[in-house]
Amino acid sequence: MPRVKVARKSTSIDMTAMCDVAFLLLTFFILTAKPRIEDPVPVDVPGSVKDIKLPEENIAVITVGEKKAFFSVEGNDIRKAVLEQMGGLYNIQFTPQEMEKFATLPVFGVPIQSLKQFLALDVEQRQRYPQPGIPRDSVSDELFNWIRESRKAVKALHNQEMRVSIKGDSKEEYPTIKDVIAILQRQKVNKFSLITSLRGESKD
Amino acid sequence: MAELDTSGGGGKKGGKVRSKKQSTRVDLTAMVDLAFLLITFFIMTTTLSKPKAMDVAMPDKDEKQDNQLDVAASRTMTLLLGKDNKLIWYIGEPGKTPPEVEGYGKKGLRQTLLDKSKEVQEKTGKFMFVIIKPSDKSVYKNMVDALDEIAITNIQSYGFAEILPIEVKLLQEQGLY
Repeated sequence: MPRVKVARKSTSIDMTAMCDVAFLLLTFFILTAKPRIEDPVPVDVPGSVKDIKLPEENIAVITVGEKKAFFSVEGNDIRKAVLEQMGGLYNIQFTPQEMEKFATLPVFGVPIQSLKQFLALDVEQRQRYPQPGIPRDSVSDELFNWIRESRKAVKALHNQEMRVSIKGDSKEEYPTIKDVIAILQRQKVNKFSLITSLRGESKD
Repeated sequence: MAELDTSGGGGKKGGKVRSKKQSTRVDLTAMVDLAFLLITFFIMTTTLSKPKAMDVAMPDKDEKQDNQLDVAASRTMTLLLGKDNKLIWYIGEPGKTPPEVEGYGKKGLRQTLLDKSKEVQEKTGKFMFVIIKPSDKSVYKNMVDALDEIAITNIQSYGFAEILPIEVKLLQEQGLY
């Protein structure tokens, strides 16, 4: 008599479907991911319990650290328009190539007089370039004008109010922050956001 | 690796040499592992790095005087932010009531805010008003911390103001300027 064999089941599972799903999700996340903007100065954002999410569009961020101010505004079209307006204001002609470059520039902190020179650098060089920050003094009033022109551009192109937010370093002394807030208040921006990181309520 | 050969080893009968049919199945385990690892990475970096923000409203600078709100000094608490992560607070007018030194955080400012707002509520029947006055020696974190404690203690009415020379003197007396 032949022995009755117990059919051994294979231990392998069909991974095809799982693999499909995994890669589908992976593609989705890669496509929606936004590259993190490298801060030109080390900024340690203070924590808070409030967690209002920042909008992704129509927003300008003023990064403050080491007594310097940096400016960034969302949207390539807005950036281009802002540069054109600023060029008009300070009598500097920017070439279309420079405009293209500026449109992809996430954050910058150079006086407008040396912006041309800054734009001519490539990405690597730009990271090493010692950015002096945007001048805040009342003579050239550049930060004021950058904010103002961005607000105008957002209003004109997207028909919305631009939100201004301040991203400050924890250790930044108050006078610098006071300067920036004063600049905002001079153009009647009395409502703005302070960028913070999330912190647990129980922690003190 | 993950697949065990369970075909039972038939087909050895007869002397015919057959070319071995290669399995078309590829082991996907490693690939799936990698895919999920990357998914995890992208989820973490996209959703967890979203910046959070707190909204601040500053008083209008050149507002007309007639629509300004007068708040009784007895229910106004003023926070003067000094150096070394310390602040002093007083209720009422500067110089008339002795200021107290306090730290930020759960046991310091938060407890004081809770106690005092309750006290003021009981005494006057109205809410307490908090004015934050950061001095030039304080850092940005102090300002955010103070705002944060106000948010935690649920104080509805607060504002920012310029620090006065007399208040700077108070800070100097405590060695916080």
